[in-house]
Amino acid sequence: MRFMLLFSRQGKLRLQKWYTATAERDKKKMVRELMQTVLARKPKMCSFLEWRDLKIVYKRYASLYFCCAIEEQDNELITLEIIHRFVELLDKYFGSVCELDIIFNFEKAYFILDEFLMGGEIQDTSKKSVLKAIEQADLLQERPRGDYFSNSASTHCS
Amino acid sequence: MALKIVKGSIDRMFDKNLQDLVRGIRNHKEDEAKYISTCIDEIKQELKQDNIAVKANAVCKLTYLQMLGYDVSWAAFNIVEVMSSSKFTYKRIGYLAASQCFHESTDVIMLTTNQIRKDLSSPNQYDTGVALTGLSCFVTPDLARDLANDIMTLMSHTKPYIRKKAVLIMYKVFLKYPESLRPAFPRLKEKLEDPDPGVQSAAVNVICELARRNPKNYLSLAPLFFKLMTSSTNNWVLIKIIKLFGALTPLEPRLGKKLIEPLTNLIHRIYLFFSQILHHLSAITLVCFSWLIAFLFFITVLISLSSGMPNHSASIQLCVQKLRILIEDSDQNLKYLGLLAMSKILKTHPKSVQSHKDLILQCLDDKDESIRLRALDLLYGMVSKKNLMEIVKKLMLHVDKAEGTTYRDELLTKIIDICSQSNYQYITNFEWYISILVELTRLEGTRHGHLIASQMLDVAIRVKAIRVFAVAQMATLLDNAHMLTGNTQRNGICEVLYAAAWICGEFSEHLENPMETLEAMLRPKVATLPGHIQAVYVQNAAKLFATVLKSQEGNTDSTTAQEASQLMIDRLPLFVQSANLEVQERASCILQLVKYIQKLQQKDVEVSEEVCALFAGELNPVAPKAQKKVPIPDGLDLDAWINEPPSESESEDEQPKAIFSKEEPKHSRPRHTEVDEKELARRREARKQEQANNPFYIKASPSSQKVYQETPGVEHIPVVQIDLSVPLKVPGLPMSDQYVKLEEERRQKERAEKKKKDKKKRKEKRSGRGKKHDSGPESEEDITPAHMVDIVTEEMPENALPSDDDERDPADPHKALDIDLDKPLADSEKLPVRSHRAAEVLKSPAEDEEGENVSSLEPKKKSSKEKREKKKDKDKDRKVKMLFDRRLLRLISVMLTFIFLFYSFDRKAYDIQGNLQDGSQVVVSVIFENKCDSFLKSMEFNVLDSLNSKLQRPEGSGPHDSLTIPFQLPPGVSNEARFVFTVQSIIMPQKLKGTLTFIVKNEESSTHEKLDFKLHFTCTSYLITTPCYSDAFAKLLESGDLKSSSIRLEGVNMPFHHLLARICFHHHFSVVERIDSCASMYSRSIQGHHVCLLVKITVSVDAKCDEPTLLGNVLDEIKQTFSQC
Repeated sequence: MRFMLLFSRQGKLRLQKWYTATAERDKKKMVRELMQTVLARKPKMCSFLEWRDLKIVYKRYASLYFCCAIEEQDNELITLEIIHRFVELLDKYFGSVCELDIIFNFEKAYFILDEFLMGGEIQDTSKKSVLKAIEQADLLQERPRGDYFSNSASTHCS
Repeated sequence: MALKIVKGSIDRMFDKNLQDLVRGIRNHKEDEAKYISTCIDEIKQELKQDNIAVKANAVCKLTYLQMLGYDVSWAAFNIVEVMSSSKFTYKRIGYLAASQCFHESTDVIMLTTNQIRKDLSSPNQYDTGVALTGLSCFVTPDLARDLANDIMTLMSHTKPYIRKKAVLIMYKVFLKYPESLRPAFPRLKEKLEDPDPGVQSAAVNVICELARRNPKNYLSLAPLFFKLMTSSTNNWVLIKIIKLFGALTPLEPRLGKKLIEPLTNLIHRIYLFFSQILHHLSAITLVCFSWLIAFLFFITVLISLSSGMPNHSASIQLCVQKLRILIEDSDQNLKYLGLLAMSKILKTHPKSVQSHKDLILQCLDDKDESIRLRALDLLYGMVSKKNLMEIVKKLMLHVDKAEGTTYRDELLTKIIDICSQSNYQYITNFEWYISILVELTRLEGTRHGHLIASQMLDVAIRVKAIRVFAVAQMATLLDNAHMLTGNTQRNGICEVLYAAAWICGEFSEHLENPMETLEAMLRPKVATLPGHIQAVYVQNAAKLFATVLKSQEGNTDSTTAQEASQLMIDRLPLFVQSANLEVQERASCILQLVKYIQKLQQKDVEVSEEVCALFAGELNPVAPKAQKKVPIPDGLDLDAWINEPPSESESEDEQPKAIFSKEEPKHSRPRHTEVDEKELARRREARKQEQANNPFYIKASPSSQKVYQETPGVEHIPVVQIDLSVPLKVPGLPMSDQYVKLEEERRQKERAEKKKKDKKKRKEKRSGRGKKHDSGPESEEDITPAHMVDIVTEEMPENALPSDDDERDPADPHKALDIDLDKPLADSEKLPVRSHRAAEVLKSPAEDEEGENVSSLEPKKKSSKEKREKKKDKDKDRKVKMLFDRRLLRLISVMLTFIFLFYSFDRKAYDIQGNLQDGSQVVVSVIFENKCDSFLKSMEFNVLDSLNSKLQRPEGSGPHDSLTIPFQLPPGVSNEARFVFTVQSIIMPQKLKGTLTFIVKNEESSTHEKLDFKLHFTCTSYLITTPCYSDAFAKLLESGDLKSSSIRLEGVNMPFHHLLARICFHHHFSVVERIDSCASMYSRSIQGHHVCLLVKITVSVDAKCDEPTLLGNVLDEIKQTFSQC
């Protein structure tokens, strides 16, 4: 997978993840172009399109479009499943996720994505182990924040 | 300090956090840019503070702004600061920001190397994980080189969480630093069998990705993947592996046969998996199609598998029919996938898809562009001589209807692709094709003018018969140039004029009215065309001029010729003023020439011959790769200096020159060696001679008939004269349709003629052979081209290098990963271990010097390596076979260990036990373990009987027959078989020679293998552990029937009870009694011999037995047991 984008019906980017290093200018251009193309498509149309030398697989969940760019040999259906898994993960983590969750906790959404995919490849196919990793990392994150204000906590923890 | 922290945290409470920022942006919808610029100012302030928490918060906000499209590259250094925080909270934010904002040209990345290395080796697995995740997004070649070794170590980390990530990131490292692939590969391969499923699937992912690009290097992994495929429970992994096999099978067709069976077993699982995915697509009805989808996936793989098996066409036919159902469905996703699968089938079984042309054409009308494009792809492969015109006609209709230039351009390129594929194989009427091209020029706003132009040039140059027609068409185009000049952007449709002008000029002898065309080419409007087109106009105007002069030659009335020169002189000055250098130069040259000619004309001098000589000779097309293929002549060293290199101590003003000549060799352009005229002539002569003698050299002479060789007796079919009364000169009127009609008529006529001929033939022959031509639909071969087409082949340099060219883009990063992984690793290839970069740089020049010092050694090594490489190239096609031979070798080595097991007397391998019930029987149980990757079957066991011991064979079989082992061994499986031997005398040890024959079945074939072994019947094996009471033992010793003997065991220093246990275990004794430092032991042979031992702690053994020979042998064996430890 080359990159993954999340954008809203109004054409606002909500998440972007690039698995190949791309210059900022190119990124912007590609995002704009792709959003236009995808948003112009009617709801009944198929989830796949060819764009430049890539294949685009997208799916709309409520007001959000999840959009993946894959290479020629990659499988479209599997990519749809990856998108679906990611949505499920977000759903489990936030508890029936909505666009606002992703807007306000965008870094969390990234963390989840990073545990699920790495370098454009599926890292773990088990939803459980992804969520477990996130939870534990979150625990680790919350703890120091706690002892930042109260020193007593830190002595217990360390 | 503490106060500062507290102050910081209080400050922080008043700071905006991310949520506030997001809320703020949402509240300032109207003046978002202004609001954000104030936010950025705040962030800049926050970044200046010492408090890391504040900084991290600022960086987090920046990451959000970056996503919205604001430039945050200025904060790169602050991001690095946050990354290097010791707290996970901030580190996580820092790495996230880095992975979103950094790219290869971010210069602060250099600073991160040590920080990342530190995090990679952090005791906290989440620190490591976050560093790996970040690194996967911004890894640069430098980082990859410096960290490759650290990441490789992490691949064997104790935590699967880290291992998994490390394995995945290795792929990125390989791409950036290909040298790391070979040293890291063995470990990566190891991970394929990692106990953790996540790590395993990561390894499969990486290797599949690698193998997909360079499958041939991974053929040797096929058995391993085969095993994984049959054992893996993860559907994702399964699909990856199946796809990988899809890539491997074309290289090794024998794999296909082997795969069919496991794949059929897997289809149900894959089906369930896909049905789950379709279920997620939230259309319940879709689920009933999941069989088809699974099918479809398998087709894509099976296609490559079945290529070697022609019998599969029936099942392919079935597949295609099922796919039709998919394509006809209303769901667009299914339609798309169906078409996609169709195109995969088309590659290998075009016939079965062609019958669904109607469906495909229908899809061209679909509202969804994705589906239309897929259908177009399919059309490409479906054309034949018969239906090409019809299909293109349909496409032309679509071109007219299509809205949106992108789709129209796509259609245009597809039309040209379809027509020009495999050297215009399907075009029977080139006049039709030219008119199609001319019609395409009327497309508005296309970006493919250049493509059309190059097609026109190609056809006009290579199909000689079409030139008359092409020139006429091009003249019309030039005449109507105003219709095309609206769009003067580069690659616009005006490019066509480039082709038109050139064709009219070059083949001007075919022009009906060259004067008119000349006039059209010199119109003032031409000056608005792009420069390169004008240049061609000017040059070809000169050619036309020459033709006009020639046509007027001998004509007493010289007005036309004079008119022509006057026209040139009038119009050319416009081009002389052109801003384009090329146009200007050509125009002024030609202008002067024409002026000179005009002077001569006025003196009534015949000039046409001289003028024509300017453009004499024919230009033949040159193959695109011809230049690359020019062989370097012997003795030409492209890197050598031609002149002495300028010395470095030259005066300053000569410096620029020196720089210039220094740079030159870098381009390594083939230099012209200075060859004198004579030599050149000689070479040319030799070459001609060679070509004449070479039957395979395709001469460009008109007599050669290269194409349509499959057409029987093409010479005998009368060439139909095309009636050129078709209104050529009406632009804007589709002519191609008329050609379609004409062609139809022509074909019909031909068919009728042929039938007549056939009838005649049949009358003459009266044999049943004529039946084949009996009416029915016309087959491909029956369609003859409209005229004798001679497609001139592109020229290649003589003795061109064999086509070893790599089609792939040299910039493709995967090309660097085309590395032979089976070669053993050299020392020099080890990954750089952590060391300071600066030191390394300093060291390298010194090393270079050393290299020079030992240069006497160097060349030898190199040459041998080169030789090896050369040899490898030579044996390229044998390589696959060798690979398998190597596998066989490995098999044999496994077998050798098998033999070794026998020799080494390992009880695990076989065990000999006497049978108490029958004093003459010994049971040998042998464990057969298959340690190779192949299937072992039809094993037969045979032993060469001695006088004393015989293998018991089933009744009725001869004394030399072998016993069939009643099982087969899949790879890695072991099983036990028992054999009964009859032994007469047991007092002596024996060795029996035997052989094991079996069939090794692997991918390619089954081979018969034989394994020789020896069965060692020791005297001990005839002893049976029998308990004995101390009083009975005492009685036995007292009886006096026993002969005694004793030995000392040298160099044994183990606890006494160990020693006893050992004797009991290895030699089947039991302890009767143990008193402090000595013990008595007893055993009995299968023939009732008593063996008594008295073992003392001083390690001496006194023994008594009623059979002295047996006793001696047993004692020898005991001694041997202890000498081994």
